[in-house]
Amino acid sequence: MNKQIKAVSLISGGLDSMLATKAVLEQGIHVEGINFFTGFCVEGHTHAIRKRDSDKPKRNNSLWVAEQLGIKLHIIDVIEEYKNVLINPKHGYGANLNPCLDCKVFMVRKAKQWMEENGFDFIITGEVIGQRPMSQRKATMPIIAAQSGADDRLVRPLCAQNLPETLPEREGWLDREKLFNFSGRSRKPQMALAKHFEIADYAQPAGGCCFLTDESYSKKLVDLWQTRGHKDYELDDIMLLKVGRHLRPNPRFKVIIAREDGEGRFLEGYKKVFTHLYCVSHQGPLALIDGSPTDEDLQLAARLVARYGQGRAAETVEVEIKLLNGAVKKMLVAPFLETEMPQDWFI
Amino acid sequence: MTTHSLNARRLLCPLPVIRTQDKVKQLQTGDELEVICTDPGVMQDIPAWCRINGHKILSATQVEGEYVIVLRVGSQ
Ligand code: SF4
Repeated sequence: MNKQIKAVSLISGGLDSMLATKAVLEQGIHVEGINFFTGFCVEGHTHAIRKRDSDKPKRNNSLWVAEQLGIKLHIIDVIEEYKNVLINPKHGYGANLNPCLDCKVFMVRKAKQWMEENGFDFIITGEVIGQRPMSQRKATMPIIAAQSGADDRLVRPLCAQNLPETLPEREGWLDREKLFNFSGRSRKPQMALAKHFEIADYAQPAGGCCFLTDESYSKKLVDLWQTRGHKDYELDDIMLLKVGRHLRPNPRFKVIIAREDGEGRFLEGYKKVFTHLYCVSHQGPLALIDGSPTDEDLQLAARLVARYGQGRAAETVEVEIKLLNGAVKKMLVAPFLETEMPQDWFI
Repeated sequence: MTTHSLNARRLLCPLPVIRTQDKVKQLQTGDELEVICTDPGVMQDIPAWCRINGHKILSATQVEGEYVIVLRVGSQ
């Protein structure tokens, strides 16, 4: 009896990896999915935090894709290992803090490790030559294959015909003729293939798969590194960058102000580890203070928080500040006027 | 058959799913696992994960702001 050939597929939750996996399943290969959680993934968190997203389905797209394809999915926590990828990317960053090429190399290398540990034969990705300016170019395809160590066990079914033959094709596990020759930024071939496979519902593939491609998120991360004087982070740091308004009046501190109830509830969870404040005389949001503020800074923070509460038009409002040592300060402050707040405070 | 419990409070999806997955790997077919979470997203994600990996959801309930999911481990 012939050995069942097995492939592991990098599932992002988008259409391309879904199609690439489907193309290989169609050739009788046993496929299981793998998804890496870096801490920056757009999945999950933000849906859970932001109430304004509550009318959208809260599904996890990778799990959903795996279910549609009828394959198993392994979600791997790579938060710690990913730090080195983001902090020291050998190939640099994209338009924002996205180290896409290093990220791809890292993920394929991890998938290769998983493949070997689990007795699988090759790796699938949904990459398409020319689809993304940084990581999906003709020149980067061999770099990812070589630097990840996956070499010719890495198959990109959607553009395989434009690339050198891989081991699964040479061995006859995969019929090259039934793979594809997509290239460039157009999404039309993917749409047509989705139709052919009768896939009607899929997550919109536009943009990146993570927050690091987001300009405003990247600015907040740069600010965090600059004010701390070194490039490092913990999971809580990068989670908090996804939430609230971040205002930095000076290098000593920044204020994180909830924009709506969902964010307020999320920030509640950090009350024990941050100095926090809110307006007591009027309805208003919860805010956290990150850094080492002076008394004057606390006063300023109180005026900022007052600006975003219902007392914004009042002459003075009362704000309660709970310090990290448990001490509680109450102060009467005049809410900031919009015109008084320098634009460069907004990170 | 043994019953196990997993505290996934304060974790946001997909971390509760990852912790569930890692815990289930250490269990035997037929064992039961109770996962306690605070992120409502688990009500969707853990059942989806169970469906694709062959485990059975026995109950999924909301108790005083917490979400408690009980599953039975399938063959792995
Ligand atoms: S968008 Fe994010 S997850 Fe996707 S390759 Fe780039 S850095 Fe990696």
